Amino acid sequence: MSASSVSTLSAPGRRRRAADSGKLAAILLFLPPALLLFTLFVIMPVGEAAWYSGFNWNGFGTPKNWIGLDNYRFVFDNKAFGTAFKNNLLIIVTSLLVQLPLALTLALMLADRFRGAVALRMVFFLPYILAEIATGLIFSFVYDGDYGLLAAIYRQFGAEAPHLLASPQTSFLAILIVVVWKYFGFHMMLFIAALQGMDRNMVEAARIDGASRWQVLRYIIIPTLYPTIRLSVFFAVVGSLQLFDLVMPLTRGGPADSSHTMVSFLYNFGVTRMRVGFGSAVGVILFLICVTFAFTYKRWFMRHE
Amino acid sequence: MSESTQTVPFTEDGFGQAAFFKGLFLLAMFLFVTTPLVATLLGGLKSLGDLRVNPFGLPSVWEWENYASILGSKRYWQLLGNSLIISTLTVILTLIVASMAAFVFAHITFFGRDMLLNYLTMGLLFPAATAILPMFIKVRDLGLLDTYFGVVLPQVAFALAMSILLLRRFFKDLPDELLEAALVDGCSYINFFRYVTLPLSRPILATVGTITFVHSWNSYLIPLVMLNSDSLYPWPLGIMVYQGEYSTEWHLILAFITLTILPTVVLFLFAQKHIVAGLTAGAVKG
Repeated sequence: MSASSVSTLSAPGRRRRAADSGKLAAILLFLPPALLLFTLFVIMPVGEAAWYSGFNWNGFGTPKNWIGLDNYRFVFDNKAFGTAFKNNLLIIVTSLLVQLPLALTLALMLADRFRGAVALRMVFFLPYILAEIATGLIFSFVYDGDYGLLAAIYRQFGAEAPHLLASPQTSFLAILIVVVWKYFGFHMMLFIAALQGMDRNMVEAARIDGASRWQVLRYIIIPTLYPTIRLSVFFAVVGSLQLFDLVMPLTRGGPADSSHTMVSFLYNFGVTRMRVGFGSAVGVILFLICVTFAFTYKRWFMRHE
Repeated sequence: MSESTQTVPFTEDGFGQAAFFKGLFLLAMFLFVTTPLVATLLGGLKSLGDLRVNPFGLPSVWEWENYASILGSKRYWQLLGNSLIISTLTVILTLIVASMAAFVFAHITFFGRDMLLNYLTMGLLFPAATAILPMFIKVRDLGLLDTYFGVVLPQVAFALAMSILLLRRFFKDLPDELLEAALVDGCSYINFFRYVTLPLSRPILATVGTITFVHSWNSYLIPLVMLNSDSLYPWPLGIMVYQGEYSTEWHLILAFITLTILPTVVLFLFAQKHIVAGLTAGAVKG
């Protein structure tokens, strides 16, 4: 508070000038760390990815071998990338058709306070805060053909246990189940927050006027929740596009590259082999998908919020 | 919220048929969520043979040795220690850097402010994975490869966008009169930030700190790419190595998983308010 002795004695004009220089000092002191870190580790790497993606480069020395757009052609010609892209879409479809209705149903059941409601909410939310790596390992145990829980259930009925993770036909299905297990609680919490903020008079009035529970849900509750539903879809898509940690302990993208997501594809084909140009091209594609999606979605669906 | 106006429940209660199916459904979901977790916890207390014939039930012999040997190992504590160092540094740096920037964005008007804020919030649009290779090269060229800060700085950079938005919203909601009065009394912006804003903002700092901590504690990709030495590994990397070494000795792996997720669960029980608020905060007001 060293400036106080000066400004209490000064004229309003001088006081304003002192405040202005105080503003400038605050700006110059407070903004640069954030801008510097963000530019250095977020924005510059994205720009550099675009630059590196034009080279065949192993990361040592300076990139020299310019090959234009060839890396992008290699990516799109790679069958595993096609599978990875399809898998990302599958996650989105599962989120919309399974996870979202499930989360909404549970939210409707648990938004009201009754004995155990709060505890159940917390139980359902718990998987969301567990590390993806731990979750993946837990489920590689669940799916294990010899020791796993699934195998034990099959044995109960005298059937041979399927090795879900070892077959290209089922490996990604197994991952989708884990995705729902881990993330539905988050979406449920979004809906619960929205339901608790909702004006119930409409619901009550409609019920008194003889609307059925289904009609109330269809014509009052769900329309009120549209903003939250749009948000939940947004998170589901963004989450799908960055899914990686879960894949590694479960399948590492295998067998036969059947269960890659775009990020695990990037890691496996770009990072571990230090193909900087190729990996950067995947990164740029992923970046463009994310940004295009975010802008289009915001423009089309979320312009009122 | 509106707990007092609960005249009409959203779904059936009481003892009717609908309520019965609701209860049944909730029970099924409860089992779906908890069975893998409980089986993991109990699996760590069984012998391998017991686990094979009896993965669901209680152990026939309680093998406390599995847990004890892990708790007695240097490896376990080193992994948790590394994670704690990385997460704590990430939280502290994120809170300092983000709250300073958020303060400027909340209280000072200047040319280009909105542009800079938009620039920073671009970080919300794409995941760190998109630029992981150039980020690796940058960290290497800075000489930070295989150091804690090689993990911490990128994590802070990616945590900034959301943190600044949450903090700015809170700072803006503090009464304007406070700042006006302080400025008239000759208090500088910097001192106001230090002595008024920060002490009043404990709830939001706790929320932002908690979610940054959880993200950093659980993160895998950035440490995986930036660290080479086992001795620096945080626990998600370490547990993958452990699983590789003990590939089918599931009883040990399950004990190890249980002990590594234990801190998260304990933190969740103590800070659930902040965690739920923080993780759903970006959502509520967009």
